[in-house]
Amino acid sequence: MTDMTAESGLTAPRSDTYLNHGSTLWSWLTTTDHKRIALLYFGSITLFFFIGGAAATMIRLELISPNGALFTNDGYNRLFTLHGVIMVWFFLVPSIPTTFGNFLLPLMIGASDVAFPRLNLFSWYLNTVGGLLVVACLVLGGVDTGWTFYTPFSSMFSNSYVFLAVAAVFVVGFSTIATGVNFIVTVHALRAPGMTWFRLPLFVWTQYATAIVIILATPVLAISLALIAAERLFGLPIFDPQHGGDPVLFQHLFWFYSHPAVYIMILPAFGVVSELIACFSRRQVFGYTAMVWAILGISVIGFFVWGHHMFVAGMSPFAALVFSFLSFIVAVPSAIKVFNWTFTLYRGQIYFEAPMLYALGFIGLFTIGGLTGLFTASLPIDVHVTDSYFVVAHFHYVMVGGSVSAFFGALHFWWPKISGRMAPDGWARFAAILMFFGFNFTFFPQFVMGYLGMNRRYHHYAPEFQIYHVASSMGAVILAAAYLLPMGYLTWSLFRGQKARANPWGATGLEWQTSSPPPKHNFDQRPVVTERAYVYHPDQESPRHEEPNAREPHNPQGQRG
Amino acid sequence: MSSPALHEPFEAIDRQRLSAALGMWVFLASEILFFGSLFLGFTVYRSLHPQAILEAGRETNVVFGSVNTAILLISSVTMAVADKAAERGLRRMVVGCLAATAALGLAFLVLKGLEYREDIHEHLVPGPDFKLKTPAAQLFFGFYWSMTAIHAVHLTIGIAAVCLFAWRVSRRAFDFTASAALPSLGLYWHLVDIIWIFLYPLLYLGGRAP
Repeated sequence: MTDMTAESGLTAPRSDTYLNHGSTLWSWLTTTDHKRIALLYFGSITLFFFIGGAAATMIRLELISPNGALFTNDGYNRLFTLHGVIMVWFFLVPSIPTTFGNFLLPLMIGASDVAFPRLNLFSWYLNTVGGLLVVACLVLGGVDTGWTFYTPFSSMFSNSYVFLAVAAVFVVGFSTIATGVNFIVTVHALRAPGMTWFRLPLFVWTQYATAIVIILATPVLAISLALIAAERLFGLPIFDPQHGGDPVLFQHLFWFYSHPAVYIMILPAFGVVSELIACFSRRQVFGYTAMVWAILGISVIGFFVWGHHMFVAGMSPFAALVFSFLSFIVAVPSAIKVFNWTFTLYRGQIYFEAPMLYALGFIGLFTIGGLTGLFTASLPIDVHVTDSYFVVAHFHYVMVGGSVSAFFGALHFWWPKISGRMAPDGWARFAAILMFFGFNFTFFPQFVMGYLGMNRRYHHYAPEFQIYHVASSMGAVILAAAYLLPMGYLTWSLFRGQKARANPWGATGLEWQTSSPPPKHNFDQRPVVTERAYVYHPDQESPRHEEPNAREPHNPQGQRG
Repeated sequence: MSSPALHEPFEAIDRQRLSAALGMWVFLASEILFFGSLFLGFTVYRSLHPQAILEAGRETNVVFGSVNTAILLISSVTMAVADKAAERGLRRMVVGCLAATAALGLAFLVLKGLEYREDIHEHLVPGPDFKLKTPAAQLFFGFYWSMTAIHAVHLTIGIAAVCLFAWRVSRRAFDFTASAALPSLGLYWHLVDIIWIFLYPLLYLGGRAP
């Protein structure tokens, strides 16, 4: 069976894809097809990405001058809170799981849908309700507590729409939990015959681990936010120091969610990058088993490091030492992953197409983000840089340089599968390089000024920091252009792009064993899995050079028909 | 051959039932962390202010609390019987037991409402005219009100689901023997019950030892 002839049956245009299965708006709003729900989520998170991005643009504009010329103090507080709340809960947390996870998880394991299709649709509606609440909060005047909602300010003093914001995050949290339940059961119950646990693509493993973190961490956030609401609305003293309550207890509960939430945002990105690096260097993933244990290790250890957000909030030296130690430990599995991606490149046949550029950019930016995480995990340095731009730069390197790069890498890699069209690779490569450049231009100066003493969340600052802020704002312009470009050329490709073959990149995963775009039920016949993931070349042999159009998956995971 | 309860994407009813149960267990794990945070907060304050918490604990009405505990335990029995009856296809038994479960749940809520009325009457709502002078005693009642209210919300959802299910079974609307809905609903009901079994000693028994 040569792949090219077998594929010809899949390239013929077909009329029964998931996209043209029904075309009314009603058919989209009531769909239980995981692929269509993924596209609904694409719409939501794109909208919120640009709302949060608009807030970031205004922040960067404001910070060009050290005098805070555009916004009042209160206005600036509301601006960065809005940016944080929307980017964290309405973009980053749902981003990869609800879009690519929803679209690909059933395809990759050879299932026809997720385990609970109606729950999946329900989660999108919950997400929409949460979105409407946050938009209402924004229209009415916003919140000024910072995305962390620290008490007692949020519960007793803040004169802004805290309840609406908290309700929005509460609702959207349950939408995420629904997705998490769905993914866990799907991976357990719906794997195709022969798809054993250690044949799962790493993307599936990361979705599974992310789902576990989601269901165990999110409820703790929900309850801490509900308690803030109880304190604001009914005057119940939960964290009120006047009655002997402890605001630091709130911080513990909040970070018990919000540190694992960082792994909710980055683990799916790890999965994407593993797929991209293997496919575009035509190599088996180096140390697949170690990668799996690293994923699971991160998701478990990630639950025990939350205290490093509170080193200066009042904590016993012993507790601080333990949290510091554990924070160093959690870096080990992340480092294993970075080394394994690098070793996967070694002696590979590397193709520098757009998805690969995003993946390589991810490795560099995530490594910087991760290493600076070690700075902030060590007590003496953290005391110096807490609440400074150093911390802001650190988590933007992980969240934006890491997760968002991976999101765009995934978008370009699976675009042919989702839309049935190829993205113009020249433009895509240009956008990828521009994004890498713009990102560093924006956030590297923030490391420097943070180390020199620039505080986060202030819009009045000492004039000697202006040079860094101006540099950062100029970088943000480039970054914004790099985010807007794909909107243009991807839309263009929907109409004018070259039609995609079933497997344009010659990848091994099951999702490439069906037509592009896939039919409503994913596979014409249920696939049978006979092979490990990523067998791009025989064991003990290097991959051969192949022309880009003639790349073959060699030993794909599934057998067709 | 295949049951009408079988839905996409499953190919066998057994696997679908197992999956529904697994999904519910996963969700319950999430619920346990949800209430677990409240228990943790309560425990922290109890160790920070032991005397005040015990003093406040003596103010709750142990009669209401104990009767409600008994009611919920019985409702779990009727729920379990409904589940077993469904396995054997005893439709009227299922409907009867579910109706009893819902009625017991409602009785719990009614008693809870009466108890709330008495609490309000006795100035046990935190605020300026709170009954006890110790500031930290209000913390106990902060938790009392939020924990019991959140538990009541869960119970209300459970009662609504039980009623809906009983109505559909009585209308012969679906294949309740094969469907996994009833065992899953049962799991949820028992969790709400178990949460109460932890709330009862925390809120009603503390500070009452002679």
